[in-house]
Amino acid sequence: MVQIILFAPLIAALIAGFGHRVIGDKGAQVLTTALLFLSALLSWATFLSLGSETQHIHIMDWVQSGTLSVDWSIRLDRLTAIMLIVVTTVSSLVHLYSMGYMADDPQFKGESYRPRFFAYLSFFTFAMLMLVTADNLLQMFFGWEGVGVASYLLIGFYYKKPSANAAAIKAFVVNRVGDFGFLLGLFGLYYLTDSLMLDDIFAAAPALAETELHFLWRDWNAANLLAFLLFVGAMGKSAQLFLHTWLPDAMEGPTPVSALIHAATMVTAGVFLVCRMSPLMEYAPEATGFVVFIGATTAFFAATVGLVQNDIKRVIAYSTCSQLGYMFVAAGVGVYSVAMFHLFTHAFFKAMLFLGAGSVIHGMHHEQDMRNYGDLRKKLPMTFWAMMIGTLAITGVGIPLTTIGFAGFLSKDAVIESAYAGTQGGYAFWMLVIAALFTSFYSWRLMFMTFYGKARGDKHTHEHAHESPMTMLVPLGVLALGSVFAGMIWYGSFFGDHDKVNSFFGIEAHAEMAAEGDHAEAGETHEDASGDQAADAATADTNADATHSEGEDHAATMADPAHAPVAAVHHGEAPKGAIFMGPDNHVIDDAHHAPAWVKVSPFIAMLIGLVTAYWFYMVNTSLPKKLAETFPHVYQFLLNKWYFDEIYEVLFVKPIFAIGRFLWKRGDGNVIDGFLNGTAMGVVPWFTKQAGRAQTGYLFTYAFSMVLGIVALVTIMILFSGGAH
Amino acid sequence: MSSVDIQTVLPELALAIYAMVALLAAVYTGKDALAKPITWITGAVMVAIALMVAGGDGNTASFNGMFLDDAYARFAKVAILLSAATVLVMGEATMSRRGLLRFEYPILVALGTVGMMMMVSAGDLMALYMGLELQSLSLYVVASLNRDSVKSTEAGLKYFVLGALSSGLLLYGASLTYGYAGTTLFSGIIEAANDGHVGLGLLVGLVFVTAGLAFKVSAVPFHMWTPDVYEGAPTPVTAFFATAPKLAAMALFGRVMFDAFGGAIGDWQQIIALLAVLSMFLGAIAAIGQTNIKRLMAYSSIAHMGFALMGLAAGTEYGVQAMLLYMAVYLTMNIGTFAFIMSMERDGRPVADIAALNQFAVNDKLRGLAMLVLLFSLAGVPPMLGFFAKYGVLIAAVQSGLTWLAVAGVVASVIGAFYYLRIVYFMYFGEEGEGLELNMSPAAWVALVGSAAIVVLGVVNFFGIETAAAAAAEALVK
Repeated sequence: MVQIILFAPLIAALIAGFGHRVIGDKGAQVLTTALLFLSALLSWATFLSLGSETQHIHIMDWVQSGTLSVDWSIRLDRLTAIMLIVVTTVSSLVHLYSMGYMADDPQFKGESYRPRFFAYLSFFTFAMLMLVTADNLLQMFFGWEGVGVASYLLIGFYYKKPSANAAAIKAFVVNRVGDFGFLLGLFGLYYLTDSLMLDDIFAAAPALAETELHFLWRDWNAANLLAFLLFVGAMGKSAQLFLHTWLPDAMEGPTPVSALIHAATMVTAGVFLVCRMSPLMEYAPEATGFVVFIGATTAFFAATVGLVQNDIKRVIAYSTCSQLGYMFVAAGVGVYSVAMFHLFTHAFFKAMLFLGAGSVIHGMHHEQDMRNYGDLRKKLPMTFWAMMIGTLAITGVGIPLTTIGFAGFLSKDAVIESAYAGTQGGYAFWMLVIAALFTSFYSWRLMFMTFYGKARGDKHTHEHAHESPMTMLVPLGVLALGSVFAGMIWYGSFFGDHDKVNSFFGIEAHAEMAAEGDHAEAGETHEDASGDQAADAATADTNADATHSEGEDHAATMADPAHAPVAAVHHGEAPKGAIFMGPDNHVIDDAHHAPAWVKVSPFIAMLIGLVTAYWFYMVNTSLPKKLAETFPHVYQFLLNKWYFDEIYEVLFVKPIFAIGRFLWKRGDGNVIDGFLNGTAMGVVPWFTKQAGRAQTGYLFTYAFSMVLGIVALVTIMILFSGGAH
Repeated sequence: MSSVDIQTVLPELALAIYAMVALLAAVYTGKDALAKPITWITGAVMVAIALMVAGGDGNTASFNGMFLDDAYARFAKVAILLSAATVLVMGEATMSRRGLLRFEYPILVALGTVGMMMMVSAGDLMALYMGLELQSLSLYVVASLNRDSVKSTEAGLKYFVLGALSSGLLLYGASLTYGYAGTTLFSGIIEAANDGHVGLGLLVGLVFVTAGLAFKVSAVPFHMWTPDVYEGAPTPVTAFFATAPKLAAMALFGRVMFDAFGGAIGDWQQIIALLAVLSMFLGAIAAIGQTNIKRLMAYSSIAHMGFALMGLAAGTEYGVQAMLLYMAVYLTMNIGTFAFIMSMERDGRPVADIAALNQFAVNDKLRGLAMLVLLFSLAGVPPMLGFFAKYGVLIAAVQSGLTWLAVAGVVASVIGAFYYLRIVYFMYFGEEGEGLELNMSPAAWVALVGSAAIVVLGVVNFFGIETAAAAAAEALVK
């Protein structure tokens, strides 16, 4: 079944990409969409029927070289299943939506562009599925690069627009920076563990934590260094601070692409990576500290920038950036389930916001500036309600201190509570609360500017504004359901209930159970149990055996339920379950017991944001302008996105261009070409001329040259050989 | 003189007697009217003798060691005889069209061939000189065969005067060698040279002998005659100059260096390497400026001799093998190319201007393609034989630690590729010119297309020549 989920998009992409002449435009669209829906259906079936045991489904041998042995196999556990439904659901809906959105594009008059678009979308989906189902890091890297390529192709889909091409290149290049970190992490892991299989790496994580690795100028703790390097990859893919600059520009792509790739799926790959590597992250406290810092800062930074943007897609793009920061904070403090929870709910409401924005853009004839919107709720009623639900979800509307609310309410509050518990109410917590305030402000600002007030901008456009076709509205409806209910349904599984979380993620309560010594008699597994056996060895048995063989006090182990898995890890066992939380990781429980004011704080922040936005954009619409004039520097600072692009331009782009130009003009042009051309067109012809001149035609010249020749030869012979005797 | 001695020189004897008989017969009967049959018969006799030589085996030194019959000599003789026969036959129609087919021509070529066979079998400085002079005198005459043409006579005279000078150098070297070694026999010289150290006098003698031989292979700086003689002589004669005598001189070079001065390899290696590098570069560079295809081929042959000398400079058995292979491939390529060049005509008059080739291949696909293959091979483009020949000598040089020489060879080869490719460019993409007629006899056509085919198909196994060359090299270096 999983194979079908995985390969249906690939087959769709291949047929649509190469066979669209045979099956036609319409055929390509219907085929890709149908296969994606099949994938989505099977994904849900998989998700709902998933057992707690991690499955490894072998597809084929891939690389066998020396000690490097990498198979192509699917790792099916809860993490994978969550990503499967997120990816295939959003992707299939985006496919459906695109049938309407891409129906007639003014940029490609009379050309066949739709099969190409759908083939890219399906190819992206395949690559993303490769990434999330990876059983080893190489396979993950393959998917990682695959989604990068798909993202590049789709951002630059309007290849006739120079800005789209520039954005595509920017996305690709910035991602290379991150990928370099990821690759280094990969190399490092292979270097130290001699394997790229996840299970082997997880099993070795405790050992890595005690290993020193020389890198650059000093020795580092291996677990911290490698976790950090992997996170650099995640930063690139997930547009975290310093490597975020490509995401807003990526909005040059068609809006469905923004919804699928740059909101719901690809950009969450970084979060997924951190959660997937949780057994390593747990042993890398400094690295996770860094993750928290970057995540919190990004959440804050992106939210501030989002406050003043005028392009509807850019506002949502910065919002995405900010929400990704939330996820990283959750993952960084060690509550991976909450990170995944927010990833899961965010996929629904953010995809919907994007698709809603796409619907507005579609209805407004590709106008994207919110200053030219206004009063659209009557023109686009369905879109309005969809956007309203999305906004309620992202801003976190719900009933405080209960578990009733929109999806974003539950997941975001869970993140914030975890941040409070994980940092003892420190930097990350406050950043996230402030970011929640800003989120509320810019989200409502978007709503008010778009759907309320007076119609602004081109009158003609407003008159012709129209509601989108059903193919676009149906996906909005489905996503709206998710935005409303996803949080409430799965709150317990992701965050609310400790036991439920454990069983949901297949963290067999073995930690507790093993300690009770139920399986103490099963002592077959020996101390030298290798990482290879880790996958199938019965964990509970090993745990019991391990604790026993270490000669520790059995009773003490019983008393410390979290101790057993550690012992197992020491014996080369990969921890069971989709995620791993270290023995000392009680953040999730602490979060449950966070003070009430902490739990209410995001709600209050949301209210302040809503009221302010209402005041600014409904009551006193001249206020934002005045404010901007009163604090011109702050306004400019935010409008120019903290000047990141400008700083990078000066720091990196210009010097690199200068080096490139130097090497090209001076190095290649003057030195290499100059040398070759000079030799070929200057030196050689000169010698040719001389040789021609020497050939006088006179006998005496010829004879003279012979005599000179013999003189030279005799001289050489006497000097270099004869002289020695 | 025993019967064994006679038996050993039987091929040379047969060819010499044939030449004299043919001369007498022609003089007393039809004279030039017999030229055509004599040409063909000479070719046939040469092929027959080649077969006879190829059948021989063993390692015989007759006439008290003055005449050697070994695998090395036989390899060279077969190549000399076959190429001389081919050049004679394929040039017959052209010579006759130009009114140059005199009965002396095939006979002189036959006598020259006898001289060459003598050269490659020489085991003594005097035998060497005899062969060399017999060859040279024949060539002087055929160079000026077109005695009504100023250019042809000038070419003959220049060749003669400079040849005399080189002979003088060689003789001077031979006398020095004799003076210091006390013998003219190669086997005696090598003993004297092998005697712990090589005397300075002997080394100077070696240099002078080398200079004389370098003149024959037209190695720089003893090459100046080559372009003038190639241009002035009738084209079929040029074709002859460019093939058999070059191989004979190269083979003799190897013979002297290894048989007589094999104990001083380190001493002559640098001299030969110097000659090689100078020849490769001058041949490549000077050819670029040429507009006359015959002069261009002269420089081309100078460059190719440089490569062959590189094989010799390696001073190893593999080097000799590479050199012999190189020469065999060189002969094949040059026969094909000259079959083409001698047929170049416009309004019944020979043309040698490169510009005349403009767009030739567009109209004449097969012969254009054959020429392209040959030129690519001359330039050393894989997968033609020319590439593998070059590759062999380069490897030989690298193996003997002469990496600098190999690198120089590669650079020279790159420069040299220019003028070969330029001809190809003219043939395919040149401007519309006055056009060219290719008046080819069937024999010339076979020579052109055949050699092109050999150059391509030889990739498979070199037609087994490699084994023969290896045996020859082994016989020489021991």
